[in-house]
Amino acid sequence: MTTPQPVLSVEGIHSFYGRIEALKGISLHVDEGEIVTLIGANGAGKSTTINTISGLVTPKMGSVKLFGETISGLRVNIVASKGVVQVPEGRRIFSRMTVLENLEMGAYLRKDKAEFAGDIKRVFELFPRLAERRSQKGGTLSGGEQQMLAMGRALMAKPRLLMLDEPSMGLAPVVVDLIFETIERLNSEGMTILLIEQNAAKALTVANRGYVLEVGKVVLEGSGRELLTNERVRKAYLGEE
Amino acid sequence: MSYLIEQTINGITLGGLYALVALGYTLVYGILLLINFAHSEMFMLGGYIGLLALKVLSDPGLADDLGFGFLEPVQAFFNSGTIGFILMLVVTFLVSGALVGVVGMITERFAYRPLRNAPRLAPLISAIGISIFLQNAVLLWVSSKQLPYSRADGSSFVPVKTAFTLFGVQVSTMQVLIIVTSITLLLALDTFIARTRVGRAMRATAQDRDAAGLMGVDVNRVIMLAFFIGPALGAVAGIFNGMYYGSIKYNMGFIPGVKSFTAAVIGGIGNLRGAMLGGFLLGIIESLASGFISHAYRDVIAFIVLIVVLIVRPGGLLGESVTEKV
Ligand SMILES: Nc1ncnc2c1ncn2[C@@H]1O[C@H](COP(=O)(O)OP(=O)(O)OP(=O)(O)O)[C@@H](O)[C@H]1O
Ligand SMILES: [Mg+2]
Repeated sequence: MTTPQPVLSVEGIHSFYGRIEALKGISLHVDEGEIVTLIGANGAGKSTTINTISGLVTPKMGSVKLFGETISGLRVNIVASKGVVQVPEGRRIFSRMTVLENLEMGAYLRKDKAEFAGDIKRVFELFPRLAERRSQKGGTLSGGEQQMLAMGRALMAKPRLLMLDEPSMGLAPVVVDLIFETIERLNSEGMTILLIEQNAAKALTVANRGYVLEVGKVVLEGSGRELLTNERVRKAYLGEE
Repeated sequence: MSYLIEQTINGITLGGLYALVALGYTLVYGILLLINFAHSEMFMLGGYIGLLALKVLSDPGLADDLGFGFLEPVQAFFNSGTIGFILMLVVTFLVSGALVGVVGMITERFAYRPLRNAPRLAPLISAIGISIFLQNAVLLWVSSKQLPYSRADGSSFVPVKTAFTLFGVQVSTMQVLIIVTSITLLLALDTFIARTRVGRAMRATAQDRDAAGLMGVDVNRVIMLAFFIGPALGAVAGIFNGMYYGSIKYNMGFIPGVKSFTAAVIGGIGNLRGAMLGGFLLGIIESLASGFISHAYRDVIAFIVLIVVLIVRPGGLLGESVTEKV
């Protein structure tokens, strides 16, 4: 019997900011075609976890593997070239570039120039608002449009693993719904996704599995449904008594 | 009237030189928020390396001594008139620009990169250190004296002094060369940054370094490139400066460096077109002030312009409203 290789496996990573230990031995894995969510309070270490996966932060101990290949310790652009793509917290679009240029930046490492036009069309089909604003500077877009652009930019890279850091932060309910619909749609087409969310109810509903982080450690893990009904999760993250 | 035209042409010439140097400050500041105090030394090194190149390319005796005797037929052509002179200048720019560009990359690699995550004062002090080092290196190993920027026989490198006469004003060949070359280089750089993939990566890196890295941009290479382009253009300005004023000295970078940095700030530091605009503006204002008010006050007036611009538009003419990235 062969067990399928997980897309991502994070094994006991410890990451530091100076002397602050932000991650105290985090382990998790994401399998092909899954949506996995990370939930946790502010400062739990969610962003640090995906930044360590992306190579923006280098772990002191532990390893990150992509399809079995160690990627921890590689520089951020090398990790990106292996298909690990992040939609960062706060969107981080290039505000003085047009929508189109932002999408071109997403495709920066792509060699297949021929497919570029088709991929842009696909992004515009997912987010028609971007098509109307293609020549507008990123910084002049609304928050929701910026989030769409950040997601579109990530998709232009043809990710093998897409990581989203709080994509619904600060957005109106209709836009949040659009973002979650898009996440499900991409996943149904086979995209493997690691999703960080404050909106734990929504995240656990769309996710196959989830991990709960508290001060740099995984304290709970389980299927989306298990976590949704878990007493501790309900109290701490779903705002129930 | 003709005096006004004359001073304006002088100003555009000076402005072209300022703009070429200002770009180096603004490129580096745009990406690293670092004021590269050593940049004026790239201008100075350009002057020296350019002089050596020009001498080797024009003086058969010197070329022989240095083992470049095989250059003799080429030298004959270079020395044979305007076309030859212009080609010699192009070769000089390419060689000096490349060498000084490499010096720029070396300073980045060894003096700034190790300090990239240090407090902002540290790389600034490192920059001042490099500036002092390079000036003293030239002072010790080349000469502490003013060197004439001329051929072996003491004549100027430029074969024809006056290019043409405009409304009774004689426009010199040097002025035409400086204005045409600087504008050509500025347009080329602007197109490169605005239109090419690498240019886009540079802009992305300047706007959000981590996000650019996440897109797969090799941020270190982009920074290295900025440290090549700036010094290479600065070197061209240094060579022109030597030819235009007729001599060079180890400390020749200081005043033009300060002025060009001022030009970059006037235009909006970090903004490429701002540096170009600021350069020409400062050059013209300085020349007019020097011609119509007093030569002695031109530096004072240059800095008054800076202060006025900063009061009216703190971010510079084309700069963003002041948003200090931390
Ligand atoms: N650049 C940094 N320098 C120093 N400390 C940092 C830095 N980034 C994060 N930290 C610290 O690391 C810890 C984890 O932060 P992280 O951003 O990973 O949390 P998070 O779970 O993403 O929180 P949030 O939900 O607020 O985004 C926090 O204590 C935070 O203060
Ligand atoms: Mg976070």
